Amino acid sequence: MAEDIEERKRIVEIKEYKQYFNEGKKSEVRAVKDVSFSIYEGETFGLVGESGSGKSTTGRAIIKLGDITGGQILYKGQDINSIKRRKDLLKFRKSMQMIFQDPYASLNPRLTVKEIIGGALKVHGMETNSAERTKKVHELLESVGLNKQFANRYPKEFSGGQCQRVGIARALAVEPDFIIADEAISALDVSIQAQVINLLKELKEKNNLTYLFIAHDLSMVKYISDRIGVMNRGRILEVSNADELYIAPLHPYTESLLSAIPTPDPEAERHRVRTEYDPGYHHYDNHNGVGLHEIAPEHFIYCHEDEVPLYRKKRQRLLKKAKQYA
Amino acid sequence: MEETTILEVKDLAVSFQTFEGVVQAVRGVDFSLKKGETLAIVGESGSGKSVSTKAINQLLPKKNTLIERGEILFEGKDLLKLSEKEIQKIRGNDIAMIFQDPMTSLNPTMQVGKQIAEPIIAHKGVSKGEAKQKALELMDLVGIQHPERTYKSYPHQFSGGMRQRVMIAIALACEPKILIADEPTTALDVTIQAQILDLMNNLKKDLDTSIIFITHDLGVVAQMADRVAVMYAGKIVEIGTADEIFYNPMHPYTWGLLASMPTLDVEQTSLYTIPGSPPNLLHPPEGDAFAARNEYALGIDFYEDPELFKVSETHFAKTWLLHPDAPEVIPPAEVIRRKEKFRYLNSEKRMSKTVGGEAYGRRY
Repeated sequence: MAEDIEERKRIVEIKEYKQYFNEGKKSEVRAVKDVSFSIYEGETFGLVGESGSGKSTTGRAIIKLGDITGGQILYKGQDINSIKRRKDLLKFRKSMQMIFQDPYASLNPRLTVKEIIGGALKVHGMETNSAERTKKVHELLESVGLNKQFANRYPKEFSGGQCQRVGIARALAVEPDFIIADEAISALDVSIQAQVINLLKELKEKNNLTYLFIAHDLSMVKYISDRIGVMNRGRILEVSNADELYIAPLHPYTESLLSAIPTPDPEAERHRVRTEYDPGYHHYDNHNGVGLHEIAPEHFIYCHEDEVPLYRKKRQRLLKKAKQYA
Repeated sequence: MEETTILEVKDLAVSFQTFEGVVQAVRGVDFSLKKGETLAIVGESGSGKSVSTKAINQLLPKKNTLIERGEILFEGKDLLKLSEKEIQKIRGNDIAMIFQDPMTSLNPTMQVGKQIAEPIIAHKGVSKGEAKQKALELMDLVGIQHPERTYKSYPHQFSGGMRQRVMIAIALACEPKILIADEPTTALDVTIQAQILDLMNNLKKDLDTSIIFITHDLGVVAQMADRVAVMYAGKIVEIGTADEIFYNPMHPYTWGLLASMPTLDVEQTSLYTIPGSPPNLLHPPEGDAFAARNEYALGIDFYEDPELFKVSETHFAKTWLLHPDAPEVIPPAEVIRRKEKFRYLNSEKRMSKTVGGEAYGRRY
């Protein structure tokens, strides 16, 4: 198993990424202090955390919206910082697309759906012929479950779920390999969320995509992700495969986050025990030996190296307990 | 629990005049609220859950709102018939509200302490000094640290969770009999949400307030509600105790809502979805408004709207499937799992009271 993973290609590699805003000024904000993780080709990587944890900042850095303060981000082996020329940037952006949280705010209200999706094709010089472009737009609309007659409508004529589908169609238009979905379903109603999630899953299979799925809704993240990274205060505290994270959450912050999600089950809610998290827990005065340590294959914890054996024991205990229930 | 009804909404129908025509936002809603209970109203955006509750406090824009029919009885008075002056004595005093967005509902240019003291001065006729004292107590009660120091702070100096605590303090200032919370935690992080919900539950126990809790998050409902009303297209489609709605749902829309949520402990390959989107209430469809999206719809659904069928003393659902002549249907797998649990819980209740939360959920 572990060998398989070694051989899998990394599409994104983030190494000691740092992002400070207003650097050197009194108002300096250290949004991301130290983040390192990789995303393998063909997987869905979930990034969860509370507001202000730096998860969206990380997503924006990967797609090169703004310059990073420190560290290195590699996309398909290439340092994105070295992409400077417009031609290279276009190629980079064609390969990587983003779906945003607010479906209304991220679509130009003055353009029709055809112009929005067709615009992306035009910029990247994909379909120069107008008739062919229209045909492609119709195909894209149908692939996200929208009627092709909608092409001449404006965003305001759609519901939130439909708008989000348009946003997805626009992202897919340029045939990207990698898509960043930043809270793409948070603004939608429950019944519509399920529709969009199923659509994203289906498109991933069909088009061989890789996703970075940024969200705060942990149950949806678990459902769609292969691996999950948990962020808090500008650091990744735990990285693990999705199932294991829920069976054996090791870092106390992950535990508290999981214990805070209410489940649609009144009986379970009556017996829920909440764990509080003290952020002092991952504050180390001396940074020697502190970092992401591998507790088990593909399960990393931000801790001091002396704590590793403790986490290993904890993992064994939790896995044993989970087996008893199953 | 004491079984006194404190608020009764009868056949409420509300429409809005818009440029495109008349939107029938609420189309005949009945529910009652008992003393000390939490009633959750769930539904998608546009289902009429906020409109029904805003009508209680007369908070709907006078200019284009039409109250078509119905009455809202509170202490023997029909709130819909009160003048602005009369409702002002009740609003914020007997019936208080907490809104979704604490940033836009607080006054950005006024010290938070003063905003909490304001309703006390307005309704209780006490001196400024006494009101300030009460405000400081309230800030302490809702978990704002160092009230003396933060009294003079402004909303922008507070985080989202703290602002929502200020909102709750304002709502509780006059010890209301009814608290209406309209998506109070939707804008907050899960950990902050957990704190606010715990706070509301504790306050409810201490003050014996009745709560109407509006949300679209079924997890929050499970944690907060004694009873649940499910709304769709301006009508209540199912109402019952929390256990009845979560473990023995009868309406296909409730089935869809429950089945479309991923659960943390069960493996799923693809999520159940309710196809399509809610109807346009400018022209509500004939028959059952949910019929077009309902895979269990019967022929009659398309021309005749079902009434509420009685399931138990506390449980009602608006679906023809409960008619004695209706065919048997098989609900989604998730709902079958829940109904198993309902049977299990009921048999368990008869035998003993202790339940081991997790174990049987996995057994099915």
